[in-house]
Order: sequence, then C-alpha cells, then structure tokens
Amino acid sequence: MAIELLMPALSPTMEEGTLSKWLIKEGDVVKSGDILAEIETDKATMEFEATDEGVIGKILIPEGTEGVKVNTAIAIISEDGDDMSNPSSAPTEPTAVKKDNTLVATALAAPTVASSNAIEFKPSDTSPDWPAGIEMKSMTVREALNEAMIEEMERDENVFLIGEEVAEYEGAYKITQGMLDKFGKRRVIDTPITEHGFAGIAVGASFGGLRPIVEFMTWNFAMQAIDQIINSAAKTLYMSGGQMGAPMVFRGPNGAAARVGAQHSQDYSAWYAMIPGLKVVTPYSASDAKGLMKTAIRDNNPIIFLENEILYGRSFDVPVMDDFTIPFGKAKIEVAGTDVTIVSFGIGMTYAMEAAEKLAADGISAEVINLRTLRPIDYATILHSVKKTNRCVTVEEGWPVGSIGNHLGATIMQEAFDYLDAPVINCTGKDVPMPYAANLEKLALLTTDDVITAVKKVTYR
Amino acid sequence: MAVKKTLKKPNVSAEELLNFYREMLLIRRFEEKAGQLYGMGLIGGFCHLYIGQEAVVVGLESATKDGDKRITTYRDHGHMLACGMDPKGVMAELTGRQDGYSKGKGGSMHMFSKEKDFYGGHGIVGANVPLGAGLAFSDKYRGNDNVTFTYFGDGAANQGQVYETFNMAALWDLPVIFVIENNQYAMGTSQQRSTSTPDLYTRGEAFGIPGEIVDGMNVLAVKEASEKAVSHCRSGAGPYVLEVKTYRYRGHSMSDPAKYRTRDEVQKMREERDPIEQVRSLLLTGKHATDDDLKAIDKEIKATVNEAAEFAKESPVPHLDELWTDIYADELPQETA
Repeated sequence: MAIELLMPALSPTMEEGTLSKWLIKEGDVVKSGDILAEIETDKATMEFEATDEGVIGKILIPEGTEGVKVNTAIAIISEDGDDMSNPSSAPTEPTAVKKDNTLVATALAAPTVASSNAIEFKPSDTSPDWPAGIEMKSMTVREALNEAMIEEMERDENVFLIGEEVAEYEGAYKITQGMLDKFGKRRVIDTPITEHGFAGIAVGASFGGLRPIVEFMTWNFAMQAIDQIINSAAKTLYMSGGQMGAPMVFRGPNGAAARVGAQHSQDYSAWYAMIPGLKVVTPYSASDAKGLMKTAIRDNNPIIFLENEILYGRSFDVPVMDDFTIPFGKAKIEVAGTDVTIVSFGIGMTYAMEAAEKLAADGISAEVINLRTLRPIDYATILHSVKKTNRCVTVEEGWPVGSIGNHLGATIMQEAFDYLDAPVINCTGKDVPMPYAANLEKLALLTTDDVITAVKKVTYR
Repeated sequence: MAVKKTLKKPNVSAEELLNFYREMLLIRRFEEKAGQLYGMGLIGGFCHLYIGQEAVVVGLESATKDGDKRITTYRDHGHMLACGMDPKGVMAELTGRQDGYSKGKGGSMHMFSKEKDFYGGHGIVGANVPLGAGLAFSDKYRGNDNVTFTYFGDGAANQGQVYETFNMAALWDLPVIFVIENNQYAMGTSQQRSTSTPDLYTRGEAFGIPGEIVDGMNVLAVKEASEKAVSHCRSGAGPYVLEVKTYRYRGHSMSDPAKYRTRDEVQKMREERDPIEQVRSLLLTGKHATDDDLKAIDKEIKATVNEAAEFAKESPVPHLDELWTDIYADELPQETA
C-alpha cells in the first residue's frame, strides 16, 4: 500500500513552509521515528519524522522549494516495497482537512443561535427573605457566619474547614470560634502559611468529592493562590465537559480594615466578579451573611465569599429559623425610595444607608439596593428601580477603573437609556494604593459625603 | 544517565510482559498518529507528545487498583491511555470534537475522566501538584486506602507550590506518590541549566518524604518502584517521591525544533534505551513470544489507532450551544452525606 507524505503543519500558526532539505532519497528504507526532512516554518527549522515504515518511492517536492502549502503531498512511501511507478494511485488523505474546514464552516453558519452575553432578564423578585411575623434575634455578622458554617457542617459530613489559624487559634478574626471543639481536627484543619499550596489542596479535595470551606486570613493573601482559584477551581467544570468541578467556598475578610496600609487593604470584588465559573458573594448584614453562607456551602460551584472586617462586629436582626437560606442573584431593597437609586454591596452599604438617611432629612427619597451577590447579579431589580427613579449612583470601596459600578453604569445605559435623567455616577475608593497615615487613609476611602454629593448631582439639587 | 537500577531477573509473567509491550506500543502509535494529525491541521494549538516516556506511566499504572487516582500536567495522552481511557475519546478531544472526553472544550492539555479516576490534564506547570495532594486528602478523609499518583516534570519540580505541597503532604501523611518524570528538559532548558542539584528524588528529604530514583526507560524497574511506593502509601505511611529518569524523543510541543540538544543524543537514546525495544527483546529472547506474535500485536495496535483517528475525524464539531454549557454545575443534584 502506498502512503502519501503530506507537508505537515509544525506550529499552531503555520500555513506553508520551505522544504529545506531531504535527509532520505528514493529507495531508502525508513522506519517510524526516522528523520525524513528539514522543514522551515514561520518560526524555526523543524525535523520531520516518519510515522510509517516502508520504502521511499518517490520524492514529489524537491528540496529548496519555498511556499509549500500544508497538506501538499511531498513524497510517496510504499509499505511493503510496492511498485511506486504510479504515484497517483493513492491520493488518500489530503481531502481530510478540507472536509474538516467544511464541517467547521457549516457549524458556524448553523441557524441555531446560542445564548450570548446579552443579559437575561427575569422579573424582579422582591419577595421577603423570611416569612412575616417570624421571631428575630440580634447577632453580629461574625456570629452569623460561625452559625452558618456550623449548621452546614452538621448537615453534610463532606464539608470541612481549612485555613491558617482556623482551628486551635479559633480564627484570626474569630469567625471559626468553637469549631475545632465541635468537629475535631479531621474537619477543622490548621494549615501552614502557604496559601497557594492549601488552596490547591482544597481544590483537589473538591475534585475528590469533598466540599471544602477555605478561609483566607484576608483576601489580600489569596493573591498567592489566585491561579488555583481561577485556573483550577473556576475552569475545570468547563474544561472537563461537565465531568468534574469544584464545589467549595473560598472565604475571608475583603477590603480595607483600618490603618493596615496598601498590601492589606484592597477590595477584590471586581476582580473575581469577572470570572465565569465563579460565584461571588458580598454580604452586608448578619442575615445576608448567614443565609448566603449556607447557600454557598450547598452550591456545587466555587464560591468567592467576600466578608469585611469592619462589618464582623456589627449587629443585625436575623430570623430564628431551622434552615434559613438566601438564594444567589436576589438583591434586597433595603430602603424604598422614589428620587434616586443607590446600588451597593458589602461595606459599601454602610455609606449608602447613612447617605439615604441624611438625604431623607433633605427631602430626597433614595432607594437603596443591596446587591448581595455580584455573580450572578440581579439586574432586574436595579433596572426596575432605575426606571422608576430615573437616576442611579453606585457605591463601592474598590478602585474606579474596571469597577462593578462601571459595569452597572454600562448596563443601565444600554437597557434603560431613555429612562435616565442624569448620567450614572460611580462612587469608589480613590485610585491610589492605600496609605498608612490616618489623614491620608481617610482621604483615600469612600465616604458618606461622596455618596451624598453624587446623589445631589444626579438629582440636580 | 546515571541510574544504577537494572533488573537482572525480572519478576514478571510472560502475560504481564506482553501487556506492557501492548500498552507502550499503543501510546507510541497513538502519539505518532496525533503528530500526523497535527501536521494535517486536524489538531490545533499545543500538542505535547509522550514518545520515549511510555515505560513511566505503564510501569506505574501496573501497581494501581480500582479507586486509585491519577493527575498530571499537559503531556497527558500517555496517562489517559494507560489508565484505560478510550483512544477514540482522547483523539476526538485532540481534534476538538463533540465525542472527545471534554466535548471538545478542553483539548490536548485539559482532559478528564471521572470514570477512570483521571483528574487531568492541567496546563499550568506545577499547579496539578497541590491538586493531586488534595485528591489524596479526600481519600484519607474518607478513611480508605486509595493512592493518588501525581505526575509532574523536572521543570515543575522547581515550582514553589510543589514544596508547599510536600510540606503539607508529609505533615498530614497524605497517600500521594509524587512522580517526577525527569525527561531532562523543561521545554528548552536542560536540567543542568535550571536546577541547582541534580537529584530530584532527594527533594522530599527536607520534609521527611522518602525518595527513589528509577530508570524510566525500563518498564520493569518502574513497576518494581511503583509497587514499593504504593505499598508505602497504602499502609498510611504518607507520601513518596519517585524520580523517574526518562527521555522524550520529540520536541517539547509540536512546534519545538529541539535545537537545545544534538540529534546524536536523541538517536543514541532511541537505539540503546528504547523502552519498547527493551521489552520486545525480553519477549523474544525469553521465548515468550515469536516475531509473528509481536507483528500481530503491532497490527492490532495500528488498527486501534487508525480507528481512533477515523473516529476523531468523523466526530462532529461541538454544537454551538456547548459554548454556554458546563460553566456552572447547577443542573447537578446537590450531594449531601
């Protein structure tokens, strides 16, 4: 049987090349692995190896030929020393690629329209988080997170907690208080200071069917582990065609604390919100923290749970329920209003709420939306509100460039342009690394006054 | 290559030897075919061939049992074939088709099989090492005696996360075998130019992890080392490091002209140390098989590979809707204990 040797593509981008040198001649016996020729690609000179055994029947393209297109027959090999006098007898493979290209072209032209980046709007869900009349108790965000984790670890044996100082020290910020005593060291695991490594181990454990909760002492340190979070945790479900993913929670305090300087004061909301495959949660109140944490632990995807150190000690009412969860992608209207929509999340909500209160005293009725999750994001509730108030101010502690506010502003412009009576204003932290000095730090952070100024601007007061 | 270990009297049955021959040959022929399809433009992007290294994974796999796990980097085709994944599904993934293991969405470097406990196929050098320890963690957590084979190269052996992982694996006695496939070149950088000490098997010593060097061109030596490492890990004694000295005949990827080594170096290795030829000669001299027997196997393997290639060419490209599936696992039932 005669086999045509085809001009190979030897780089991801090669379309043609120079057949610079033949290392065999007609009549030579070759076996798999023998080097047949040197071929110059767009990048380098490559050796071309035989993959079949046989006798070189005829060389079709002489050495020194430039511009030989990929998949051109360059020589004929006969497997058992067949008579090669008629080289045109075996034109087999060259159609393969053409066929392949046709296939691709057909697929691309297929009428089926896959869904796109266009936002799918569901009606705004304004149902309350808990039934009316239920007993409430006051607790801190810290206690709410602790309680949520304990409840979920009691519910599911596969859930475990891993991180620096989570067990014996009971958490650098005391979120994991009492958990070692309750669950033992098999399920509450102290790690060495090695974020990259333990994040990767936790992702591997999730591939193995467990449901890890990874505590980062702060999200600043998770930058050491960001490759594992994005390349391993977020992408594996897709890359495996749905066979395996990473059902797990990465959690810890995010954003500026107080006087800890540039490397310990950064808001990662917009960073993680960009990544398909992740879900991103930014609780504000204790009820958010509890209900969303329980949902996060049960979710089958990698969750980025961005807490805030300053909020840990704040108290809020939490419903007393056996199993209180909050679905992702459901924003909460914390204050109803008519004149302007203020959209925020996490610690940003403290400025938004304070601003709304002061604005009310000035006769401006602000509607305050607490997003709670940034991926998925509840566009419907925002747009519904903006169409009513015709004005929007976004509030977040992170930097201005590529912020969540930028994305919301663009979305509102696209979906509710005709409803706007003023441009959307993004209130953000200043575009500087966080300074240490108290006066400069104050200047770098977002303030309630920033929000009030922005609202007055969009309401033309 | 300074590897002392050679086996005088192989402790292996004729049947096992024939299996080794068959499995290594399947990898070699498969990879040659992949190279060919790449040349024809049917496989795109990066494609890293395993030719020359076949004895490593075949020898290691010989000591596994059901439930054991394996994970590797992007030179992964050999590992998939050796753990029993279907050559058709692997080749169809290489051509980016719907019937590939990842429905065409992973490609050469990112392929998985939950069924065969093959956890990838990872494109980031070193990143699979903590993941492998994590898989071992999941088995230890459940209290079974499964072992995870975590393969990486001499290049990855210089990544920081490898040592973070060694530390925790030793600290927590994780049942993981760290297999350093030392093919002596990290892309174009030889080990001498990249690595301060030559003996990678000693890299676990600082963490109290025993290590061993093995001739990775000799499948029987690899098998013996694998059995020893597996029994160590299964007994609950913690991790183990195997440095398996091997050699890749082809460039780092399809587009690597491999100018950093001489043609003589490659030729010498092929002629004197080839893992398949070594087994072939053992089979013939031991009269475990005739030339005709081996020819029949060659033919059978060639048919399997050709069938895989045809399948991979004929399989349809992924449906356009696949762009938007498998991003979130919400359709999966929520597992609870």
